[in-house]
Amino acid sequence: MTVSPTKTKVEQNADLAVMRFEGDITSASEQAVLGKYRGLNAPTKKILLDFSKVSYLNSSGIAIVIQLLVAANNASQKVVCFGLSAHFVKVFTMLGLSKYTSLHGDETAARAAVV
Amino acid sequence: MTEVPIITELRLPTRLGFEKVAMNTAASVASIMGFSEDRIDDLKTAVAEACINAIEHGNKLNERLSVVVTLAMSEEALEVKIRDQGGGVHAAMHVPDIDRKMRGEEDPRGMGMFLIQALVDEVEYVSGRSGSYARLVIRLNPEAVNKA
Repeated sequence: MTVSPTKTKVEQNADLAVMRFEGDITSASEQAVLGKYRGLNAPTKKILLDFSKVSYLNSSGIAIVIQLLVAANNASQKVVCFGLSAHFVKVFTMLGLSKYTSLHGDETAARAAVV
Repeated sequence: MTEVPIITELRLPTRLGFEKVAMNTAASVASIMGFSEDRIDDLKTAVAEACINAIEHGNKLNERLSVVVTLAMSEEALEVKIRDQGGGVHAAMHVPDIDRKMRGEEDPRGMGMFLIQALVDEVEYVSGRSGSYARLVIRLNPEAVNKA
């Protein structure tokens, strides 16, 4: 009732995957974020994370995103984010995530960053 | 507005997700007071994180307990107190280190108190016999206080 569960839609094309999140990203989102990440096809080398339909993101949810970045870093995959509000771009930057993923306003800019 | 603070109070169940009720109420009060959208976004995150701490660490997810959120608006500032029935915060605030997190040397969580400190103008943690509270303050004109 109080939590809008994370829905994750995954689109894959060759070595590029787009993970489109919708709803809340919180401590309850592990399966929707990490589980979906672990299910990506083997040749995936570039991952776009779409936050444009995320309505609520808290520090526990950001911790799950960090776990995804750790796993992707270990697998030599490049991760870029787009669709974050200006506030969460500030929060991601404040927490240092922008050292390990680039933050873009829209999907066009995010796709250009992984070419 | 008068010199006497105008109080809004909420009693939340100790259940994750209900921090959004406090967060959205704080945003409504801050909007009435004339805070900018970016300051309201800062407040929303800080209030949500303080409520999550109260639910998880203060009341230890015990649904028989409540989290009480008091919002006091004055001419200069909005003060938000988030009370739980736990023992309070005793550890110093931890500054998250993303490099250590990426190397697996630090828990990926543990960023809430840092965010609260970074996003509001004043934070205080108080412990008493019957519980504890976090007190957050955002000011309409923080520069005026800094110059004083």
